[in-house]
Amino acid sequence: MGAQQKPDSNTASPTKSGAAGAASFAGSESRKYNYFEPKGRKATHYEDMTVDVQPDPERYLLQDWIINFPDGTPTYSKDWTKVKSADWHKFRAVDEEWERTHYQRQSTICGMVQNVIANGRKSGATARFDKAWVKVLQDHLGAYKHAEFGLGTATMQAQRYGYTQMINNAILTNSSYKLRFAQDLTLYLSEIALDIPGFDTAAGKKHWLEDPTWQATRKLIESIMGASDYLEQYFAVNIVFEPLVGELFRSGFVMQLAAAQNDFVTPAVVSAAEADYERNLANTVELINLLVTDPQYGEYNRGIFSSWLGKYGALALDAANNLQPIWSQPRVKVATFQEALAKAKSRVGAICSEIGLNPAGGLAN
Amino acid sequence: MAPMTLNKITAQKGISIGEAASRVADLGWTPSYVQEAMTFPTDYKISKVPKDPMKQVLRSYFPMQEEKDNRVYGALDAALRGDMFRNVEPRWVEWMKLFLAIIPFPEISAARSMAMVGRLAPGEELRTGFTMQMVDEFRHSTIQMNLKKWYMENYIDPAGFDITEAAFGKCYATTIGRQFAEGFLTGDAITAANVYLTVVAETAFTNTLFVAMPSEAARNGDYALPTVFLSVQSDESRHIGNGHSMLMAMINDPSNHQLLERDLRYAFWQNHAIVDAAIGTFIEYGTTNRDKSKESYSELWHRWIYEDYYRTYMLPLEKYGIKIHHDDVAAAWDRLVKKNYVHKTAQFFAVGWPVNFWRIEAQTEKDFEWFEHKYPGWYNEFGAFWKWYEKLSHPGEQNILFNTDCGYVYPHRCWSCMVPCLIREDMCTDEVDGKLYTYCSDQCRWTHKVAFGAEYEGRPTPAMGRFSGRREWEDCYHGWDLADAIKDLGFVRPDGKTLVPQPHLRFDDKEMWTLDHVRGNTLASPLRGIRALSPEDREKAVAEYRKGFTMRPI
Ligand SMILES: [Fe+2]
Ligand SMILES: [Fe+2]
Ligand SMILES: [Zn+2]
Repeated sequence: MGAQQKPDSNTASPTKSGAAGAASFAGSESRKYNYFEPKGRKATHYEDMTVDVQPDPERYLLQDWIINFPDGTPTYSKDWTKVKSADWHKFRAVDEEWERTHYQRQSTICGMVQNVIANGRKSGATARFDKAWVKVLQDHLGAYKHAEFGLGTATMQAQRYGYTQMINNAILTNSSYKLRFAQDLTLYLSEIALDIPGFDTAAGKKHWLEDPTWQATRKLIESIMGASDYLEQYFAVNIVFEPLVGELFRSGFVMQLAAAQNDFVTPAVVSAAEADYERNLANTVELINLLVTDPQYGEYNRGIFSSWLGKYGALALDAANNLQPIWSQPRVKVATFQEALAKAKSRVGAICSEIGLNPAGGLAN
Repeated sequence: MAPMTLNKITAQKGISIGEAASRVADLGWTPSYVQEAMTFPTDYKISKVPKDPMKQVLRSYFPMQEEKDNRVYGALDAALRGDMFRNVEPRWVEWMKLFLAIIPFPEISAARSMAMVGRLAPGEELRTGFTMQMVDEFRHSTIQMNLKKWYMENYIDPAGFDITEAAFGKCYATTIGRQFAEGFLTGDAITAANVYLTVVAETAFTNTLFVAMPSEAARNGDYALPTVFLSVQSDESRHIGNGHSMLMAMINDPSNHQLLERDLRYAFWQNHAIVDAAIGTFIEYGTTNRDKSKESYSELWHRWIYEDYYRTYMLPLEKYGIKIHHDDVAAAWDRLVKKNYVHKTAQFFAVGWPVNFWRIEAQTEKDFEWFEHKYPGWYNEFGAFWKWYEKLSHPGEQNILFNTDCGYVYPHRCWSCMVPCLIREDMCTDEVDGKLYTYCSDQCRWTHKVAFGAEYEGRPTPAMGRFSGRREWEDCYHGWDLADAIKDLGFVRPDGKTLVPQPHLRFDDKEMWTLDHVRGNTLASPLRGIRALSPEDREKAVAEYRKGFTMRPI
């Protein structure tokens, strides 16, 4: 057959072709990955790219993992989280990202952000920013970028530990989004600094490390970075930090107040993170939902998640309350901290109701 | 006067890329409220902050990568419009069933291992580099899954592609690739994620994987693989840069030198044993192109591994006081050119065809001539084998794995690299924790017994990994009937009887082997056999094994 045939031959007869349909024989129509159960009726392209690439001795891994850590832990272990599952392989990321969709989305955001910044600067927008607001951007948006970075590194760490490819890839793209956004903010502030005399790009980090306003946030972030349970990290990022502190600051403060300070640029830069979060939240809720409704371990898991909600909820509430002084710094006050916090708490409530958890204590509305 | 350009009118002051990179590197800080858990330990000391040689930021990275993707996917579409599969060589595509079953897992393992080095490196200079590598490897893994799906949809025989990740879990040959991948992310974090993955696998061996192999693909009418893999390789210089600066952050500390010597030795030998076995076979035996003016795998190896890697990357490490095992580089070269390592591996894959999940056709006269030209003496050693293989390729014959007329002796398996002990005279045994093991070479014996232990030359190495699992594949099916084993492997086509693997490229039911054709043969573990012998008998058996075998004339 093909062996005698030149690749450049253009006179190949159908029987000598290597193309689908050139011959009919057992298996010649088997043109779908057939080793996993698709979530829907038909496997999605995302599932084909993802499912079972990270193998499992309970599925197809005949020879088991072949290298161990010195304590006997294999290359992947279910013990890397307290949470348990009857079937870790059930989870599918809601955003269905694989490399192509990930780069398309990230690249689109990069283009959007850079256009907004370039057009804003070209039209002299930064010169019209209210003076007090400029200081807020310099000190507090400058501090906040470190929180995003910390969570990017925490999720980068966490993507090593999940028990399936679907879980780890969802955490990986989350990390990629967080680290991109941390850089978006960094470069945005560096660029407007070129147009605003006296703008101090080093002030943000100083506030992050020293300003009492930010210390509870930093403690929360460092607690997430220091956790060794990957699902605890993923949960704390998307179920607790994001609604209570991330959105509170991004939406409840920056996006709400910027326009009144003559700033139409910053909200566009920050809005990308809100869209990133919607996707990461959907993935996280999907995973946690599976785990709290697990036929074997649902109740047990709910207990674990509740304890994390309690632990990180308290830290996050403290972080949020400490941010309150920032709301009084802009000259034009169009939103209050209390309103923003109430909204954040009701958002936590809404998220928790989707995953069957009850926010208690100060988190309750 | 120079004409005004739009660019000049609209240009605004920006920050330089170097400035941008250093601002971004300043995002990190040293935690003071909660310390990061020491999750992936290492026995190395990293006291210097690694420098980032690449100076890149994500906002230029993502658009650049998207553009690369657009070119890849555009080329795949063009290949279909140009009817690539009408002219592709099935001999080649069949081997892609194996290669593409393996490679997405090593790729994603490299992404996972960025978690390990990302946390170990002091400072944040390299964080962006590690982030990009993490996303790159996610790219590589899924772009390869996509390529594989594309072959499955468009190639004449999709069987083997359709079971790909299940096959990856079960096949003896894919497990060899898994040894490569698990080495990236298990055990001492620096050994795994820096030395084994980056300093050796990426810096040295991706050239044979992702540059040499695509050229051979193109010679076989496959324009898709080069498109995807050259794009993959274009990310590799960033990874090599990450690895090198991490290495430079450790190399000046003499307390690391002993471990670096150990890990360079282990990593070089394992990469050679695994990558050369697989890629050498694909390039030399998966091709139909017998142009005598093209480079053989050995010639490619000399260029990429010997000249580019050994002489220009590895040797200069000596000036830092690292002992380099020149003898191992020479031994690997000898295995390729004097000891026929690749030819023996291809032969073994062919012998094992009933438990593969791809087709292997016989080599023919035209192939013989090329091999003899490139490797004088080849015909004497391998000519008869391939004639037997062709003769026994028809259903109804006794399959070559169990055929006692032809003279092939089934090999022992190496406990380290998991390739069988094919260079018979180099096979050796040793005891670890009171159990006997077989190895393909003294270097592999050293790897298991000396390198992967709780101490190394008297120095405690509490972070070092351990070999584990059911490393001898044959043991999993010891005492099984071949037909039952194939069913358990899942290497049966949808009709429930025709085998996925076939010892030929005849796309015709009448010519295809079924379970009934292979039933009645019992698989056995060579390791169990040799362990059961008395010490004296074992010595005799090893001596006999080292003498090798001769194929009977046909
Ligand atoms: Fe890669
Ligand atoms: Fe790489
Ligand atoms: Zn070996």
